[in-house]
Order: sequence, then C-alpha cells, then structure tokens
Amino acid sequence: MKIKIILLVILVLISFSKRSFSNDLKLENKINKNLRCLICQGQSIYDSQSDFAESMKLVVKQKIEAGMSEEDIYSFFKIQYGEWILYDPQFNIKNFALWLLPILIFLAGGIIIIVKFGVLKKR
Amino acid sequence: MKNKYLKIFIIIFFIFSFFIFYYGLKQKDLYTTENSGIQKFPNLTLQDFFTNKQISFEDILIDGNYYLVNIWASWCLPCRDEHIYLTQLKKNSSVKIIGINYKDKKSNAEKFLDEFGNPYEYILNDKDGIASIEIGAYGVPESFILNRQKEIVKKIIGPIDQKKFKKVLKIIKNEN
Amino acid sequence: MIFNYIGNFTLFFCLLLSSIIFFTSILSLNNKNSFFKRNLNELLFFKFFFTLLSFFSLLILFINSEFSNETVLNNSHISKPLFYKISGTWGNHEGSLLLWLLILTFCAFFYFLKSKNRPLDERLLTIMFQELIIIGFLFFLLKASNPFNIIFPVPNEGMGLNPILQDPLLAIHPPILYLGYVSTSIVFSSSLAGLMRGNINNFWAKHIKSWVYISWTFLTLGILLGSIWAYYELGWGGFWFWDPVENISLMPWLSLTALVHCILVLEKRSILHSWTVILSIITFTLGICGTFLVRSGILNSIHTFANDPERGLYILFFLFFLIFLSILIYFIYEDKFETNNKNLNFYSKDFSIILNNWFVMYFLSVILIGTIYPIFLEVLSNEKISVGPPFFNKLIIPFLIPFLIFMSIGPNLKWIKNNKLSNKLNLIFIFILSIVITIFVSRFYSSVALNITILLTASFYLFFVTIKDFAKKNYKNYSQMFSHFGFSLLVLSILMNSIFSNEVTSNMQVGDEIKFLDKKIKLQKLENTKEANFLKLIAHFKIEDKDKIELFFKPEIRIYDKPETITSEAAIKTDIFRDRFLVINLVKENDYLNVRYQEKPFMVWIWISAILISLGGIINIFKKNEK
Repeated sequence: MKIKIILLVILVLISFSKRSFSNDLKLENKINKNLRCLICQGQSIYDSQSDFAESMKLVVKQKIEAGMSEEDIYSFFKIQYGEWILYDPQFNIKNFALWLLPILIFLAGGIIIIVKFGVLKKR
Repeated sequence: MKNKYLKIFIIIFFIFSFFIFYYGLKQKDLYTTENSGIQKFPNLTLQDFFTNKQISFEDILIDGNYYLVNIWASWCLPCRDEHIYLTQLKKNSSVKIIGINYKDKKSNAEKFLDEFGNPYEYILNDKDGIASIEIGAYGVPESFILNRQKEIVKKIIGPIDQKKFKKVLKIIKNEN
Repeated sequence: MIFNYIGNFTLFFCLLLSSIIFFTSILSLNNKNSFFKRNLNELLFFKFFFTLLSFFSLLILFINSEFSNETVLNNSHISKPLFYKISGTWGNHEGSLLLWLLILTFCAFFYFLKSKNRPLDERLLTIMFQELIIIGFLFFLLKASNPFNIIFPVPNEGMGLNPILQDPLLAIHPPILYLGYVSTSIVFSSSLAGLMRGNINNFWAKHIKSWVYISWTFLTLGILLGSIWAYYELGWGGFWFWDPVENISLMPWLSLTALVHCILVLEKRSILHSWTVILSIITFTLGICGTFLVRSGILNSIHTFANDPERGLYILFFLFFLIFLSILIYFIYEDKFETNNKNLNFYSKDFSIILNNWFVMYFLSVILIGTIYPIFLEVLSNEKISVGPPFFNKLIIPFLIPFLIFMSIGPNLKWIKNNKLSNKLNLIFIFILSIVITIFVSRFYSSVALNITILLTASFYLFFVTIKDFAKKNYKNYSQMFSHFGFSLLVLSILMNSIFSNEVTSNMQVGDEIKFLDKKIKLQKLENTKEANFLKLIAHFKIEDKDKIELFFKPEIRIYDKPETITSEAAIKTDIFRDRFLVINLVKENDYLNVRYQEKPFMVWIWISAILISLGGIINIFKKNEK
C-alpha cells in the first residue's frame, strides 16, 4: 500500500515538472494549428500552404520572437480578423452554451442512470 | 418518458432546430472582415518600391488627407479590373492612394504599372505578406480607406467595382 | 447514350415498385393478402435489380466518357485512367446518391430474405419503413439530383475529377462508408416495426444483432480508409482534423458503438428496451443528418460535396420528417415495452455497459454540439465562430481517462452480479504496472499536460488488461478482446505519436542542406517530367543520420490541367517504429521550395489498431450463435 502511494506521488511530481525548454517551434506549431486559414475551406494555417497561411506563419513567428504571449497573439488576430479565425472558441457569453451544454448532458445522463437504476437505493 | 412536459419540450426543440437549419440554409454567405471595428492604421516601415529605402507610414500619412491604401499584385487578375477606378480616384484631390505591392517580382510589377497606369502616391513592397496581415488584409486585392485621423473607416474586400467606387466617393465627400 | 434512358427509366420503375410495396405492406397487415406476402421476395429483388441496372448504366456512361450525360461531363474527362473513371461514378453528388439507393434496396431485399424467423407483420412493417426511406431518396434523386440529365449538344471533353480524389483509397472509401451508414436503416426500420408490434425483446435483439455488427464494422473500416487517405494524400501529415464532415461520420459510429453494447444487454438481461430503440433512431437520423450537412453547403469544410441550398432544403425536410415520425411512433407505442424493473447490481457487466453508453453518448454530444453550434449561433446572432480541435480535445480527453478504466474493468465482471472479483489482484497489479511504465515513458518527454500523462496510464492499463485476457484464452470473447485491445492500442499510438512527433520547416534551394536533430537534409536536384494528365516536379532529397545511413526521398508537385490544380505528393517512408514524412510546396514568385520534414512515431500502429477494432466486428458477424 505504501509503495503504491509513493509511486503515485512520484508520478504526480514528474508530470508536473515541465522541463522548461523554450521550445519556440512547439509553441509556433501550437498557435498555427489554432488559427484558421481564411481563404481555405476548413484548414488551419499550419496545414495550408496558401499565401495567406504562409504570411500568417511568418507573422506568428515574428510575434513570438518579439515576446508576445500566446493569449496576446490570439487577441491580436481576433481584433484584426474576428473570432472566426480562432479554432478554440473563447469563453464568453455567447459561447457559454457551447462549453456548458456537453457538461450538462453528461450530468443529465448520470442523473438518469441514478434515478432509473436506483443506484442510491439501499440494498 | 411518461412526463408530458418532457415530450412537449422535445417536440418544440426539434421544431426550433428545423427552423434554425432552414434559415441557416438561406443565409449562407462568405465570411468577410469588412465589419471589424474602426482601428488606427498601424505604423509600419516598409521598403519603397522605386527607391528601395525604408519608409514608415508615419512619414507618408500626413497632410490631413484621406488615404486609400490598396494592396495589389501584377499576378492578380481582379486588380486589373479595379485599376480604372484607382486611376479615376487619383484625379480626386481629397484622397491620396498608397499601393502595397504584395508578393510580387519588381519587373512584373513595373510592367503592370506601365500597362495600366500608376495611380499611387507611394508604392511599398510587401514581399513576404507580413505587412498585409499587420494591416488586417487576407487577400488580394483589398483596399483600406483612412480618414484624416489615420483611422480605418472602411475595408473593401476584393476589387473595387462601380458600386464600391461610389461608396468611396461618398465617404470622402462626407467629411469635406 | 441509350444508357441515359435506361438509367432514368429503371429509376422510375423502382419508384413504382417501391410505392406498390409500400402500400401493399400496409394493406397486408390487416388483410392477410397472401399474394403480396408470398411475392414480396420477388418484388424486393426486382426493385434491387432495377436499381442495380440504373447504377450500371451510370457506370457504363462514365467508362465510355459519354459527355451527353451532365454528371459525367462535370466529373470526368477522356484522359482519366479507367480505374478512376469507374470510381468517379460515385465520387460525385448524384452518383453517390445512386449508390445510397443501391445499398438501401439491397438491404431491403436481404433483410426480408434473412428475417424468416421473425413474425410476419414485423417484417412487413420493417419493409414499409424501409420503402418510405427509399421513396424519399428516389424522389430526391429524380427531382433534384438526377444523374441522368442529358446535355445537348454533346461537349467533347469533360471538366474532370479533382485530382486529389483520384486515389485508390478514396475510390473504395465511399462504398464501404455507405454500406455502414445505409445498413443502419434496417436497424432503424426494424426498431420502429418492433416497437409498434411490441416485439422489442431479447429475441429481437438477437436477430438484429448481426445487422448492427455489419453496419458497425463497415463504418469503422470506412472511417479508417478516409483517415488513411487524408494522411497519405493531403500532404499535411494529419489524419484527423475534427473537420465537420469527419465529425459527421464519427457520430453515427459512436451511437452505433453504444448500440453494439446495448443490444448485448438487451439480449442477455432483457432490460434497456426503450433505450435500444432510441439509439437505433438516433443512429440512422444522424446518418441522414450527416448527408444533409455535407451536401447542403451549410457547413464550411474541405470535404463538402455540392453547395446547393435547394438540395439541402429537400434533405432537411426529409430528415425532420423522419425525426418527427419516429418521435410520434415512439410516444404512441412506448407503453408496449415489456417493463422489466429488475434491480441492477452495479458491480456487474450490465452496469458497466450502461456506463459505457453514458460516456459514449457524452462524446457524441460534444461532437454534435461542436459541429452544430456555429450554425445556430450564426442564425441567431449573425456572428461566426470556429469550433476546432482545441474544443474537442479539451472536452474529450479528460473523460477518456475514466472511460478507459471502466473499459478495462467492465469485461472482467460477470453478468448480473459479481460476488467476488476473482482476478482483483491481477487488475490491481496491472494498474501499478501501468503507472510504472508511464513514469518510464514520461522521462523521455517534456512539457506535456498532466491529463495526457494520466491518459497514458489509463490506456496502458486497458492495454495490459486486454493482453491478460488474451492469455486466458477465453474463446467466447475474442471479438470483444480484439476490439478493446485495438482501442487501447489506438489511444496509445495516437498519444505517443502526438507527444513524440518532431518536425522542421524551411525554405530550400537546390544544393541547400539543413540540420534537424541528428540528421542532415539536403536537396540534391529537381526533375521535371510529364505524365498522362499532369506535369510532375520531383525534388530529390537525401537525409543522412548520425550513423551515416542515407535515405532518399522524392516528394512531388503535380500540376494538373483538367481541372487546373496543383497538388503536393508527400514522400513517406513507413516502418513499424515511425513514419518519415517529407513534403514540398512552391513558394509564389520565388525560386526556392518550402520544405517540411516530419518524424511521426507509431503512425502505422494507428492504422493497425483501427483494423483490430474492426476485426472484433468481423469475428462477431461470422460467429455462430450460441444456443
């Protein structure tokens, strides 16, 4: 039992310690995958080779090198091009339902199971 | 599902969804950034097309004139169509036209200007497309109308046609 | 030329036959009109036969490049290779609908043939619902998407098929996918019929089980083929993009997966009757809903077929007609369910299947909401948002963790009740083993989110538990073992792939060399050649690793003229440990190439695991029923 606990603690500690490589390329790719290519049919700028996508990738790289944070970069593009360019829907009032509905459905499912199958009843 | 209210809710929900999809079908239109809010035009520094020197927009955008910043390229076919309107606008004293040559070869661009005319006060190079993105454009051609306070008051996506040309004239005249 | 007319008229005959069958099946229910009941087999066969004739007519028109036919004109041209002329038959909107119809009529015929042990009125009702669907499709085909429209004067050349669709994988992807979708129509019809007759019980479950397995297997394979094609053909190195059309194919698969498990419970324990019917309805309507979303132009996707709102309108009406019909029938007849309020012990296999259904339906709702919400938002508030991979990943990954753990423990429980978990010790030991292995693996990577690491543990757990089950040699459950093991391998391969993938992008000219990790990548030369219907630019690359081993890659850029397209063909080297992926692109107005090189570990295992998953389904189809 003790061994299990120790192992668990080690696991948690290791998972938390992110060796901080300033891995710019990984960040770049992450942001590029999150930005929509506006002139393509459903591709991110990471996937697309169009003019717009290529220029966008350069701009993203420039901004990372200039020290902008990921959030700031998204904000910048949101102001320029609207929310449609971001693949990660933001947490604001109009997207409230988007994020909340699945969770509600999950809970509703749980409640239905509990009620229908008498999970809480004493046996 | 003995619950009557649940049944009614389900039926209403599907009727509602039907109408949403119905109107969704009717409404299909392409996304444009035309309605993004008024912004101050960014102060970029680009290379001048003819002199190869670095100029910043701060230097060019003076006078208290209206400015039309036009993104164009020699390989862009619709740009040829809109050039007539740009040439006409050049004659209008209240607006000055600045061109941004997007991802183009100098020799091709010069040929284009020889053939169709040069309505631009200044032409700046954007070889890698970065400047266009900093301005908020995503394709070619696109035009931006700046007011006297250097704010973007209108974006024109795509080539300027008769209708858009009239709109431009209206905007320039409005503040006169 | 004559085939235009043959194709058209055979479809009209089908419509006639379908209407006859539809009405007589209604009449026969009360009248016991024996003529039609006896000859229904023949009628159904002829209907299928006529649809087959129609389909063949279109096929021949394509093969002969008959440009008097509008569909052939729009989607083919003379210099296309024969194989793609054939597959072009269903590579377009009208032809693919004809394929739908073909499979629909075949399923109707096959169902009636194989359902002799079911009560006659249930079979009649099933055929009635099936014919309703077929008539709906026939009307749509004949009115709005006729593949046999004639053009006069006859043009000399066609517009051609998009070159990225000219690929063997993509040629068989639609037929297999449609076999999956369309066969759920029988499950749908049979559920409604059984509901109306009060026949939903464990016997019905046993009967419909094979259909569910067949649909599920084909759907799994169909989706797999689509992903493989996207990976090899589209040149971005990705295999799943959470693109709306992909989501639409995944949703019926999810509800079908829930149904596969649920039907087992219905068969063995006689509970969950109403839920089974609801799942059948959901599965098929999701399939039609998918057809609607893809063909109407309401979604923005790289996959969309035809952007025709008028067609979309028709499908919309048809879809909601089916939905309201099902809801109506359900509400009217739901009292006919054999209510079985057996007390459920939640330390049992049945309960874990209920948990499975709960989670699977949650995943389905995430995908459904993510795909449809932008449409709702745009109509209601005129604003456009995008819902992409980050959304789906955030909502699905955390829930996969308990899902995988339940999936490991569930099959080890007995039906009804588990008094003593005999292999409790084994399961706990494997859990510790999974943690240890995860710790070991985690030393090789950095900056990965915590939930990914825990997910890794959970998938290792399922992995080892299913291996342990294999070792026990329980022949009865091979199908489940293969599928579950395949699933654990799938999650593991995807995780490892995404954690350990590496890439580099650069602009290169001939003679340039770039360094990447411990490798040197050099662009040696460029070569221009001309093929049958395109110009080819081949870039010769040499990649040398630290042990001086050299690999040669030859990615291409292809310039087609009919229609004018430029595509990029990646050079991919696969082995069991990793894929090496090199792709080039032209940069406008410049002499250099944009080069992207990726190292993607364990790619091939993703495909293998999906095949294993479908293997479980295949085993089930061919398994003799236990007494």
